[in-house]
Amino acid sequence: MRIREPFKLVAVGTIWFWLITFALLPNLLVIIAGFLERGSDEFVTFAFTLDSYRRLLDPLYLGVLLNSLYLAAVTTVLCLLLGFPFAYLLTRLPTRWRPLLLLLVIIPFWTSSLVRTYAMVIILQTNGLLNQLLLELGLIAEPLELLYTGPAVIAGMLYTLLPFMILPLYAALEKLDRRLIEAARDLGAGRVTIFLRIVVPLTLPGIIAGCMLTFLPGLGMFYVADLLGGAKALLVGNLIRDQFLSARDWPFGAATSVMLTVLMGLLLWAYYLSSRRASRGALP
Amino acid sequence: MNLKRAVRSAYLVLIYGFLYTPILVLVVYSFNGSKYSLEWRGLTWEWYRNLFDDPDLLQVALNSAVLATLSATMATLIGTMAAVALYRYRFFGKQLLNALIFVLMMTPDIVMGIALLILFASLSLPLGFWTLLLAHITFNIPFVVVTVLSRISGFDRHLVEAAKDLGATEFQTFRRVVLPLLMPAVVAGWLLSFTLSMDDVMVSFFVTGPTFEILPLKIYSMVRLGVTPEINALCTIMLGVTLSMILLAQLLLREKT
Amino acid sequence: MSEFVIELRNVSKVYGANTVLRNVNLQVQAGEFLTLLGPSGCGKTTILRLLAGFEKADGGEIFISGQDMRTLPPEERHVNTVFQSYALFPHLTVFENVAFGPRLKSIRGDALRERVMDALRMVKLEEFASRKPGQLSGGQQQRVAIARAVVNRPRVLLLDEPLSALDYKLRKAMQLELKQLQRRLGITFIFVTHDQEEALSMSDRVAVMNTGRIEQFGTPRQIYESPENLFVACFVGEINNLSGRVVAATPPRYDIRLHDRVVNLKSKFTFAVGDHVNVLIRPEDLRIWREHEGSDEERATLFPAAVEEVVYKGSTVDLVIRLDSGDLLSTTQFFNEDDRAIMNLDFGVGERLFVDWVHDWETILPHED
Repeated sequence: MRIREPFKLVAVGTIWFWLITFALLPNLLVIIAGFLERGSDEFVTFAFTLDSYRRLLDPLYLGVLLNSLYLAAVTTVLCLLLGFPFAYLLTRLPTRWRPLLLLLVIIPFWTSSLVRTYAMVIILQTNGLLNQLLLELGLIAEPLELLYTGPAVIAGMLYTLLPFMILPLYAALEKLDRRLIEAARDLGAGRVTIFLRIVVPLTLPGIIAGCMLTFLPGLGMFYVADLLGGAKALLVGNLIRDQFLSARDWPFGAATSVMLTVLMGLLLWAYYLSSRRASRGALP
Repeated sequence: MNLKRAVRSAYLVLIYGFLYTPILVLVVYSFNGSKYSLEWRGLTWEWYRNLFDDPDLLQVALNSAVLATLSATMATLIGTMAAVALYRYRFFGKQLLNALIFVLMMTPDIVMGIALLILFASLSLPLGFWTLLLAHITFNIPFVVVTVLSRISGFDRHLVEAAKDLGATEFQTFRRVVLPLLMPAVVAGWLLSFTLSMDDVMVSFFVTGPTFEILPLKIYSMVRLGVTPEINALCTIMLGVTLSMILLAQLLLREKT
Repeated sequence: MSEFVIELRNVSKVYGANTVLRNVNLQVQAGEFLTLLGPSGCGKTTILRLLAGFEKADGGEIFISGQDMRTLPPEERHVNTVFQSYALFPHLTVFENVAFGPRLKSIRGDALRERVMDALRMVKLEEFASRKPGQLSGGQQQRVAIARAVVNRPRVLLLDEPLSALDYKLRKAMQLELKQLQRRLGITFIFVTHDQEEALSMSDRVAVMNTGRIEQFGTPRQIYESPENLFVACFVGEINNLSGRVVAATPPRYDIRLHDRVVNLKSKFTFAVGDHVNVLIRPEDLRIWREHEGSDEERATLFPAAVEEVVYKGSTVDLVIRLDSGDLLSTTQFFNEDDRAIMNLDFGVGERLFVDWVHDWETILPHED
């Protein structure tokens, strides 16, 4: 049999193979591992158990989970509050400035988060820049213990994740048809009404995308918590890492990760629904 | 009116300041003569020289560069073909493939990291260079696909028909017409992948082995021990490399056909 | 069967709920210049794409040089296309664009160079060989597209409205060039256009199409002078349509009542007494008589009318005339120094005239709604 279009076969075959092997399969294994028992020599033994998921409900771990959710949520909300006006202002600037200003947002986006977190450490240190500045200005008498605190972790996450919120917001706001706002004004709507009833619904996909890109990494970024929060901060990300590397409780780590994945799935679904709605309501 | 403008500009400047100040501080202090405090003690290259005098560090940097180059190249190959296939062909499960690539891109690093770790463990693959390579290729592919796809959509369909009309097979059409016209996006995809690979911490964290050290993880362990000027210098170099790659990629993507 | 270079048998094509081609039959002779003419959506471009291989027919068979095209992809057919948008490869020079096809056939070096320059010379673009398409004008790009196609020496050349993007003068010039090129190469040309003047002036034969069917297939002359149905009559050129009724029948001649006159005309169709018919006359076939011309008895056979509109066109004067019976006619009058009465063609609106036409220059068709 002569193969028609071998190129098509190779191209499609390769990507399918790769995705199945390295994207689909591993995640299936994670789900399975969550249901297995922890092994003594090996990492897992093939015995079905719901233990890991039950442990998730243990107040100790639940506390970790809630703490992480709280931190990530706070970061996300802050990113949204800071990022939305910023993205909006960007879309109002004359077009010739935009490529440059966008580039200035894109650069931190692509720059290593680790490096940027480290930069925060430099600033927040006891003899760091912020303290020195405050001392110089006479606002404080003694340097503040900024590092290894909750707020430091939030500041660090905010710093790292803000570009991830800005870019999807910008993309959504840019697509917003200005004429819709004018029409609403013409019909007598005030600023708040316009914002709540027109801008938000139409940019919802962008908002959700931004929240996804901020919230999920926020749950997982253990190195931010490590560097800025010290050993005290036990977040979901650290929890997972510890289970896999120190405690060797893979099933538990897997279960935790699955929970993260479920969360991600929910957010993705919300995104999908909102973008369907938004596109149905859009002008042709 | 002007007050409004002033407030707006101030806000923008504030946020930009927030985004860039730490980085700038980092860069500036990498040249600071003082080793311990943050007092400015004159310009110096000492810390950079120290870096280059450290053979271990250089080896680690080389490791990262090799890993990044290989994974970027493989990911670009697979990703470009995938993008072309998604754009041109109809095949079984196309929607699913699209969705999978999107999900892959959105997956938090930590989830991907442990998923791959479990995979490698179940295949009894020793953790090291090869597992790193496979992992890096995997997370790079979606970015290449997205970059190339966005360029492809501006492609004139008739050009492909013209090529076939003149006797070209699918592969010849790809090689002589599609690929040359997609080149800027393909190269941009490569550059982005290289950057992602050089900077990756979390996925690498889980799939790395003792035999092959890479730079981001090395930096991570160094940073946990505290701030030193050498780390400043190292980070500045990393920033510089990333910056130039991203700028180049953006330039390429902005070119019109 | 194999005497025809192209044969379509009962070909049909459906897009979703739309039947684009219905049982189309067509036979094309080798070396002829055939035009597919019709309004947008009639299916002419679809036929071209079926021949090129970019689409598959849903029903029927397609033969090129006697070979069934069912399983043959475009890259294996000895057919080349000149696209409406030219589709020149923007990243290659003119030379490389034209060389694309030959290169795929492993033609190299001097042989390649010769062939490409030959093709460029044919379209008079030898000096532009090292330019890129973006540096050329529309007309030049179009010629490169032609060169790129003919350099492969295809059996059939398909041209999809190649001149539609050009301005009037350039278009006229290219029409002539294409015709000459075709004659020189001896390749079969299948040309698609919606411009009937273009079709008539360039083709050996024309297939007039409408909603997926071929309405008439013949030489330009046959199409124009003997339309077989109302669509063809109206689509190709201007036509005047008078409704009449058969009052006496002695085939092939019939007495037809047009309002209050009866005329005796010939038709190749068979009619019975009482049949409604359309009498179709081309504007240039109408004759005008001024009010004071001729005797009363001569005028008894003419149709009285008044001028509604005078359109000066440079080489002709068109008149819109309303007959006393109500019909609106359009006529084209040529300056004719032998006809003293209308020599100057200085008609005025409202002027009274008499109209008739040269009998047997009209076409009679059965009445259609």
